[in-house]
Amino acid sequence: MRTRFQQQMEDLREKLLRMGGLAELAVDRACQAYTQRDLSRCQLVLENESLINAAEREIDELAFDILATQQPAAVDLRFILAVTKINADLERVGDQAVNIAERVMDLIELPAVELPVDIARMATAVSAMVRRALESFVEGKAELAQAVLEMDHVVDRMRDEAFIMLVRKMNEEPQVTQQALDALLVARNLERVADHATNISEDVIFWVLGADVRHHAQAASVAPRPERHEQ
Amino acid sequence: MGVGINVEQLNAFYGKTQALFDINIAVLANRATALIGPSGCGKSTFIRCLNRMHETIPEARVEGTVRIGDLSVYNGTSATQLRRRVGMVFQKPNPFPTMSIYDNVAAGLKLNGFRNRKQLDEVVRKSLESSALWDEVKDHLHKKSGASLSGGQQQRLCIARALAVQPEVLLMDEPCSALDPISTGKIEELIFQLKEQYTIVIVTHNMQQAARVAEFTGFFLLGKMIEFDKTEKIFTNPSDKRTEDYVTGRFG
Repeated sequence: MRTRFQQQMEDLREKLLRMGGLAELAVDRACQAYTQRDLSRCQLVLENESLINAAEREIDELAFDILATQQPAAVDLRFILAVTKINADLERVGDQAVNIAERVMDLIELPAVELPVDIARMATAVSAMVRRALESFVEGKAELAQAVLEMDHVVDRMRDEAFIMLVRKMNEEPQVTQQALDALLVARNLERVADHATNISEDVIFWVLGADVRHHAQAASVAPRPERHEQ
Repeated sequence: MGVGINVEQLNAFYGKTQALFDINIAVLANRATALIGPSGCGKSTFIRCLNRMHETIPEARVEGTVRIGDLSVYNGTSATQLRRRVGMVFQKPNPFPTMSIYDNVAAGLKLNGFRNRKQLDEVVRKSLESSALWDEVKDHLHKKSGASLSGGQQQRLCIARALAVQPEVLLMDEPCSALDPISTGKIEELIFQLKEQYTIVIVTHNMQQAARVAEFTGFFLLGKMIEFDKTEKIFTNPSDKRTEDYVTGRFG
């Protein structure tokens, strides 16, 4: 048993989980800031970003170190590749949270108006996707990751509906165009967070099963692996 | 050119102890195939069954079928006939110490009654070129003995000696385990080039070496072939948990 190697792998896993926690928190705070028109939460999201960026660098450095010194193979190699890709997706999730916070800061400056879009519902769905994608990583379960992939269509539909409704609103009431545009951008940011959660789930499936399911590859590749013999 | 190797239901014994159990494998011609596994797993025994070296050990015996090209190894083929077609390189370089570099390479041919000096010169040169040693030794072929070379050069001399009889298959039993990284790199480069002309089967303890040089890899454990597949599959996504545990260093 390679004790130091196993310790490094465990460190990598823990660092990614902490990073995941930061990204998840950033999205939740940004969504709460939107629904509650809360400037202080926006500021927390902006402050949080530097922590996420630092965590991204730290994870990449450790992964690079392990690759250079331990020559991992098979499931370990797939794990490290998956971690580096998930790491990049989580950093982008943090960026999207910042984008949402910036839209909210803009909205707070404007008069509050009723808009025909349920951002809170969309935010709940997107947060659930991020949380479940991270759970699938924690538990190493491809089935959980697969469930996240299926949720992506729901969020895509919400984004499309929001687009139609908000454009109509802008046409009918040009005086609320700025608010509607901000809400539209928030919906687009949320949809992108969902895309990152999808990427994370695909990487978990790659790590666990060795199957590449990106770009709508055959779902059959997610079939359970052949029965394994115990040593 | 190389030929394929087909092994069916191969069992090998040392007296009453069974070392290999029902091995089935089809080695493709002109490819490098690596055999990996922990010490005592049977990979060296297996490779020695391919050129009938296993039976040189007292009370050792083999059951099953081995075909090398059109040659049935255990059915009517003499060991001498076989070894003209199957060369072998061992863990420790073993040049004939009192012979010159030239005579080391020519030894196999001379043993087979080959006497034409001009043709011998040609074969020696070609063999040393193929083993990437010619430039280093061409000026003292007759003056220096095989033993005067460095470890890495000695191993390449042994490869040249094996190639001189123009085999179709080259067996290598941990050929780099006694060599430094530079010499190892040269042998690996050589393996890469040689497989254009020969079928290579290499036993190695160095998994990265298997990953670097071989298109196919077989994993042995406790005398059984656990998994045989394309090398990239073995090292990225093996089918059997035992293979995965071995290549990830969880045992062995």
